[in-house]
Amino acid sequence: MTGALSHVRVCDLSGQLAGAGATKILAAFGAEVIRVEDPVTRGLWDALRGTGPYVDDRRGVNLGAGFNNHNVGKYGVTINMRTPEGKDLLRELISISDVVTENFAAGVLEKRGFGYTELRKIKPDIIYVSNCGFGHTGPYRDFKTWGPIVQAVSGLTYTAGLPDTEPAGWGFSYMDHMSALYMTTAVLAALHHRDRTGEGQHVDLATVPAGIAMLSTEVLEWTVNGRTVTAGGNRADFGEMAPHGIYPCAGEDRWIAVACRDDREFGVLVKVLNEPELSSDRFATLEQRLDAADDLDALIGAVTATRDAAALADDLIAAGVPASVVKSPPERIDDDPDLDAMGLFPSVTHPDIGEVRVEGIPLRCSQTPWRITTAAPRLGQHNREVLVDLLGHTEAELDDWAQRGVI
Amino acid sequence: MLAELGADVIVVEPPTGSTHRARPPFVEDRPGADRSLRWWAGNVGKRSVTIDVLTDAGQRQLAELIATADIVIAGSDRCEGVDYDTCAARDAGLIWVSVSPFGLGSARSGQPATDLTMLAGGGPVWNCGYDDRTLPPVRGAGDQSANIAGMYCAIGALVALAHRDRSGQGQLVDVSVNAACNVTSEQTTYHWLVNRHICLRQTGRHAYPTPSAPVQVRCADGHYATTGVLPRKQEDFAGLLAWLAELGLTEELPEAVFLELAANRDEPVDLSLIGVDDETTAILSAARDAIRLIASRLPAKEFFVTSQRRGFPCGAVLPPNEAFDDEHTVARGFHVPVPHPELGRTITYPGTPYLFSATPTAAPNRPPLLGEHNALLDDLAEQQR
Repeated sequence: MTGALSHVRVCDLSGQLAGAGATKILAAFGAEVIRVEDPVTRGLWDALRGTGPYVDDRRGVNLGAGFNNHNVGKYGVTINMRTPEGKDLLRELISISDVVTENFAAGVLEKRGFGYTELRKIKPDIIYVSNCGFGHTGPYRDFKTWGPIVQAVSGLTYTAGLPDTEPAGWGFSYMDHMSALYMTTAVLAALHHRDRTGEGQHVDLATVPAGIAMLSTEVLEWTVNGRTVTAGGNRADFGEMAPHGIYPCAGEDRWIAVACRDDREFGVLVKVLNEPELSSDRFATLEQRLDAADDLDALIGAVTATRDAAALADDLIAAGVPASVVKSPPERIDDDPDLDAMGLFPSVTHPDIGEVRVEGIPLRCSQTPWRITTAAPRLGQHNREVLVDLLGHTEAELDDWAQRGVI
Repeated sequence: MLAELGADVIVVEPPTGSTHRARPPFVEDRPGADRSLRWWAGNVGKRSVTIDVLTDAGQRQLAELIATADIVIAGSDRCEGVDYDTCAARDAGLIWVSVSPFGLGSARSGQPATDLTMLAGGGPVWNCGYDDRTLPPVRGAGDQSANIAGMYCAIGALVALAHRDRSGQGQLVDVSVNAACNVTSEQTTYHWLVNRHICLRQTGRHAYPTPSAPVQVRCADGHYATTGVLPRKQEDFAGLLAWLAELGLTEELPEAVFLELAANRDEPVDLSLIGVDDETTAILSAARDAIRLIASRLPAKEFFVTSQRRGFPCGAVLPPNEAFDDEHTVARGFHVPVPHPELGRTITYPGTPYLFSATPTAAPNRPPLLGEHNALLDDLAEQQR
């Protein structure tokens, strides 16, 4: 079966999760993604080459499981862009590629001689997607970011926390995921346009506005009603529901999320919890429950704290109330029959790391399913396949370049 | 997202309107089908038709509309009287994307769910909260499970479109919100996958199997900043010393001697030696203390901008309105005026985060009024005759 993107070749200068996460999806759907890494710094521009988790005591640029997770199914070459011959090799690769992706700080690739103007000279219909925190234009174009900074300056951290205390934030680089998804969308949209018109383009993706776009209702509350939002803990945004919270359960660090969308669901919750005080008239309407939310949450929490989280979630769901255990990694990854059935966590065998599970793509496509069968490339693993087999150079040239630090 | 990219998106609603039209907040707090800002945020740039799919006539209308569509997006592979298989038998090029909480065929289909329960069951909430784990995990605002699944929905549609562009063949794409959340929890997931290690939530920073050093600082104006990545190069440490001196803070930080040491070394600091080499550990601890001290003496926004201009990546924890009104955001063209003639107002919407050089996104039409474009159904019926 042919992949949906098996006609696409990507010259991939990106890394981290924000870039690699995008080209991973393209590769899973069949694109030939060739990651270009720097031999001088041993690929460590991508910090994940140098960080864990590791499966044992060994360390090194080919052993990080995070890097492996984000780069399955790709090819890897090393090209030293500081050298004239390296630049020539990159030009050759770009000339036979459909897409160039990168998520360096703004201006870095241009300084190396590969801005969009140059890319177009090499391949007139090239699709060039850049991805960085503030984008390639605007007063902050030289600022540098990583996920937590993007989340801070876009409003996401501010709106994730308990009231009147320090923000909790997202606890992971949420916006690395989301900018990877925007980057994927940009590539696919630009490919569709090119396939219809023959025209390539540069897509300048900025992650901070992408973060603000994740809070578009909050923005409209400001521009329409002139009101700001504050961190509301786990209460519903804009007073949409009550109760709406995460409550303690029996055991250490066990929690249940419960939301009642209307009075009927609240009535059912009261029955399941069997706490007479919750039947009080003062909780009869949404408005009343919002006004008395502190009392309401305290009463619910006192009951849930005596219950087993999973059993209570089952009881509430069976009765028609939205509820879920705050699932730990093993609960959500290993104990979910739906994820198992869709094969969301396939295994790959990495020559150094060994057999490990990785994240798949949460889509099932009836005609062109994604496939993840190979691990991330070791540093320069496919130099021969790409530079000799694909670009037509000789083994002797390859050896010479390797000795002289070109690759 | 597809409307942003120029697709003609027609949202099909029951005659009473999508339930999302009843979601707060509302224009001037007055509920109404055409006043929900939640609805506006998700539907700007689309057209709206109302169809009563519980009637034969409605099902016929829906089938006629689908016959004109490239892509169907629905909560399943079927709705009243219309299903993917039947439609695909008539139009092999049809792309149908199902987006549902647990995916097609799940035993949990039909179970009640909200954004809160999806994020709690799917992974993100587990990561988010405080060092004090007697405090509950936290769900961030903004219906993010819908954003996550929505992005995958757009990607699924575009992947299928890429295949159709070349083969003419459509397909069914099944998006599970739960699966999407499960692969949107970063390292918490792969620490478990490869080592069976469990990451635990930590205030303002990544959940991790072991505790990490705090990175958030309460700034002089009471707002917070996140201090970002530690310096490594000699010139970075010299720059940090200079900044301390300019602010008159050098005396307050006796550990500044370690910054001087780092500034005068021959080699950059190797971050992997933290906790292994005493000098490295002391240098980086001093750098962290210096940045925290500076941050505590400046307003958060000023700290963020000044620090970045000096080459130290950091961020101010901004509320969404300040993020939106920031000069950079405005300069990127992210403020998009959209006329709302029915209200006699022009409203500023958030734009798109990406700038396409050849196919720039146009300012969208305001979100459709309920059934505003029903005439197109009449036109379709006319064509059928």
